[in-house]
Amino acid sequence: MADKKLRIMVAKPGLDGHDRGARVLARCFRDAGFEVIYTGCHQTPEQIAAAAIQEDVDIVGLSCLSGAHRYLFPAVVTLLKDKGADDITVIGGGIIPDQDFKLMFDAGLKAIFTPGATLDSIVEWINTNVQPRA
Amino acid sequence: MIGITGSPGAGKSTLVDGLVECFRKREKTVGVLAVDPTSPFTGGAILGDRIRMQRHAEDPGVFVRSLATRGALGGLAKAVGDSIHVMDVMGMDMVIVETVGTGQQEVDIINHSHTVVVVLIPGMGDEIQAIKAGIMEIADVFVINKADREGSSKLRRELMAMLDMAPPTAFPGGWRPPIVRVENAFEPEGFGKSLEELTATIEEHYQHLVKNDLLGSRVRRKAVVELNEAVRTCVLEPVLSRLIASGEMAGMVEKLLKKESDPYTLAEEIAGRFLKNCD
Repeated sequence: MADKKLRIMVAKPGLDGHDRGARVLARCFRDAGFEVIYTGCHQTPEQIAAAAIQEDVDIVGLSCLSGAHRYLFPAVVTLLKDKGADDITVIGGGIIPDQDFKLMFDAGLKAIFTPGATLDSIVEWINTNVQPRA
Repeated sequence: MIGITGSPGAGKSTLVDGLVECFRKREKTVGVLAVDPTSPFTGGAILGDRIRMQRHAEDPGVFVRSLATRGALGGLAKAVGDSIHVMDVMGMDMVIVETVGTGQQEVDIINHSHTVVVVLIPGMGDEIQAIKAGIMEIADVFVINKADREGSSKLRRELMAMLDMAPPTAFPGGWRPPIVRVENAFEPEGFGKSLEELTATIEEHYQHLVKNDLLGSRVRRKAVVELNEAVRTCVLEPVLSRLIASGEMAGMVEKLLKKESDPYTLAEEIAGRFLKNCD
């Protein structure tokens, strides 16, 4: 059969409509050989968790620039766990102040990338830390 | 099993979303398989059909799965056939498969569908396009999408002319593909009405298949294709992977480049080695 491919969902929770960054990342992940599911802006954590499960992704990348990450990011992790999908890695990015990092990691996010992070470093982190299942 | 196909940007995903809505109103559960292309260079893919269907994400009666073509050429992914079976076992009343944005030749969808919907938009070419072979021949239902745009009545005339010219054998059981006009998706009322019409037309076509005993031939066609696929997977792929693993494949490519042999001779040599029991 064909090689296993990493499936990643790029999602934007909440009311923040600035998706340039998310689109750049989607493109970058495509070029890295991943299968990228992009679901657009204004998603609820419930929509993101349901879509991640239906798509059987290996990893979810959340983007938020509005400051609502403190609520939205942990909510996605909790929902995935409740549905028995805690094998899906969740990472986040956007405008995340340093003092929130601990909150994010405690909530179960595995990595946070903020402005200045290079695309290569994000791809490298994923390739090192996430194994494709299918 | 409904297949939706058409050129990139024709509005397939938006139509699928509308169909899901209509079937949900009829209290039917719906599985959606949305196929998008894999990059031939990096093997990556952006699967974006879901963006148009996210309003159903939390509805337990709807299951949407995106698939990348992973090198398959017929407008679908190889896993589509099996995925349809899985959806069936999950108890989905309807399964909708959306192909990649197609050109003229990606017609694999007919092998999996009871009803094929070909989505067209105005302004894509003259009437010669309409009589070409391929995708125009596989439609059970035509949709003229974005019909509020200029050129839609011309497109409709051309389609009618094409259908008028077709021999009666092109319409099994006397089903002449109807043409459904769908207007601006941003006008929910009109769009909803068009979608109701499309849903009714699809249901009518299914009834036509049942009444005229045509369902069997479609199911049979699917069985043939699935067997072909399985043989390819179980016979051809092990041979290829063995040749690649042993390095023979690379050697043969070298021979070809040096013009010391040709693909047919090499293939016959391989067949001679692996197909010992064939007479």
